[in-house]
Amino acid sequence: MKIIVCVKQVPDTAATMTVENGVISWGDAPLIINPWDEYAVEAALNLVADHGGDVTALCLGKEEETEAIKHALAMGADAAVMVSDPALKGVDNLSASKVLAAAIEKIGDADLVLFGQQSVDTDTGLLPVQVARVLGWPSLTLVSKIENVAADDGNIQVLRSMEEGGQVVDAPLPAVMSVTKDYGEPRYPSFMGIRKASKAEYPVWSLGDLGIEAPTSAVSWPEVMEPEEKEIITEIIPGDTPEEKAQNLVEKLIAEKVL
Amino acid sequence: MDFKLSEEHLMVERMVRDFAAKEVLPSIQEQDRAGGMAPFVLPRMAELGILGITIPVKYGGQGMDYISLGLVSEELEAVDTSLRVVISVHSGLSCLTLLQWGNEAQKEKFLQPLARGEKIACGAFTEPGAGSDFAHIQASAKKEGDSYILSGEKMWISLATSADFAVATFRTAPQAEPAYQGLSTFIVNLNSPGITRGDIHGKLGVRAGSTGWINFQEVRVPAENLLGEEGEGFKVTMSAFDNGRYTVAAGATGLIRASLEASKNYVEERLIAGKPLSEYQLIQSKIARMALDYQASRLLYLQAGWLKNQGLRNTRETSAAKWFATDASFMAASEALQIHGAYGYSDEYPVERYLRNARGAMIYEGSNEIQSLIQAGYALDKRRDKKLRCELPAYDRETWT
Repeated sequence: MKIIVCVKQVPDTAATMTVENGVISWGDAPLIINPWDEYAVEAALNLVADHGGDVTALCLGKEEETEAIKHALAMGADAAVMVSDPALKGVDNLSASKVLAAAIEKIGDADLVLFGQQSVDTDTGLLPVQVARVLGWPSLTLVSKIENVAADDGNIQVLRSMEEGGQVVDAPLPAVMSVTKDYGEPRYPSFMGIRKASKAEYPVWSLGDLGIEAPTSAVSWPEVMEPEEKEIITEIIPGDTPEEKAQNLVEKLIAEKVL
Repeated sequence: MDFKLSEEHLMVERMVRDFAAKEVLPSIQEQDRAGGMAPFVLPRMAELGILGITIPVKYGGQGMDYISLGLVSEELEAVDTSLRVVISVHSGLSCLTLLQWGNEAQKEKFLQPLARGEKIACGAFTEPGAGSDFAHIQASAKKEGDSYILSGEKMWISLATSADFAVATFRTAPQAEPAYQGLSTFIVNLNSPGITRGDIHGKLGVRAGSTGWINFQEVRVPAENLLGEEGEGFKVTMSAFDNGRYTVAAGATGLIRASLEASKNYVEERLIAGKPLSEYQLIQSKIARMALDYQASRLLYLQAGWLKNQGLRNTRETSAAKWFATDASFMAASEALQIHGAYGYSDEYPVERYLRNARGAMIYEGSNEIQSLIQAGYALDKRRDKKLRCELPAYDRETWT
């Protein structure tokens, strides 16, 4: 199987974010691979371990921001491609999806394109669906388990996990899939993988290389602001026993009309 | 001069940080209270290659450099000292000493399984009556045919009860003058007949780790297990300390960072007279000291790591890093506890554990008084390094990977 995993670098989740004059800053905190994407890389690596093939990490971003790609390579991805072009600064999701789809077509012969279920910075979770739409491939979102891959008849069966329950879905390959963290813990990069990744060379494609024009974004962020500070009052619910504390808590919640 | 860590170093740092935070941190308070390491920790560190990180691939290791060993030590101790102690005794005192002094047959037989983490090793040097006065250890080794017979007791040995092997130094020439010339180092299978061992209980700190004693009663060890030559034991042991101390220095740096991070979080949350603690200058001065000591300690151990990478002698720099960082880590933990006030005195917060854990490192791997004497010796030109018969090999990416 040829699998492409789309990865993105984001500010470290432990970083303190601030907004000043409409510009978001995370200080000197490092960029990391979007934590959700690690699950997608894990799924891709397991699929090729079981069915053969190779994994390519694909990243859209600034050329010098290599963290996501290098992390995927250190986990075990075989190759990587970076798409970087000054014209892509601030593009919206739909535009990004067109660029990614063009890159996926240029890489060629993919059976599966994997995403994390969302990114921790913009949190839209839209790209997997949009890329599937642009490519005209089935979209399998929120996948927590890959039930079966029948390479001979070109089908995949997955379990989608939603709040309401699970759903087993069949789709023909090639397909686009987003992976949830219920899939299972991603592996750490191995030391050998780290060495390999640090030396890895990969192509950096511009929009010209992809043969597409700079897409026009329909969505922009005219203003970015920090959320208003909320005053939080902490109250310790009294009681001599856990039962009494629970009783007092319930009464309090009813009195506050929470229940 | 380039102070920037390489991309590879940053990835190593992150990988070990993630492991320690995800897998060990959630249960560390419980393990510290219970007194012992969670059973999964050693096998997991082995599986991830952490135990053999700075050993060439051909000897079963991961082929990373000495800076990586320091970074790993820092990251592990930022979660708990017991994790870093594993690196100090297994990877520092034992594996690197085998790499430096072992012959090819010993590297094949002992270093390979240790570097792969299939076997665990400890360093058995200190005795009930001799620590800093190492030249006068009493445990003896007598040559008998093609074996040595070991007798005596080793004390304050980390991983004494979980290790399979020990790199251990004994007196082979009781009449040698000066006394240090009568010592020899051996690789000892700790499951040999005549060995009994146990854990020491009631320690102030590192409660999630194992510290114990090993008793040798007429223990027969094949002569081929002699590490270095007979009479070289003092030099072998001091080399072991050059490597163990390096990991202690780097680990203590992690403990300073942990104290700083815990304090930073607390001073932003805790309000006094309606203002966060962070706005008070007396608190700021404590935070500033921790931040400064963190930087200084890190630079000192990275300098020692760089020297190791180059294959240059680093006794002076490693000793300075160990002395400075361990004193500073105790101070940082103490100030972190002070900042936390009464809460810091309870194990609800981690800082009291940091304080208890920091104290031991001022004593072990050469007490800080010994480090002070070493520094004085160099500064007063009373001490000069002599070339060793076996030097720690420089890091060479081509041959190590």
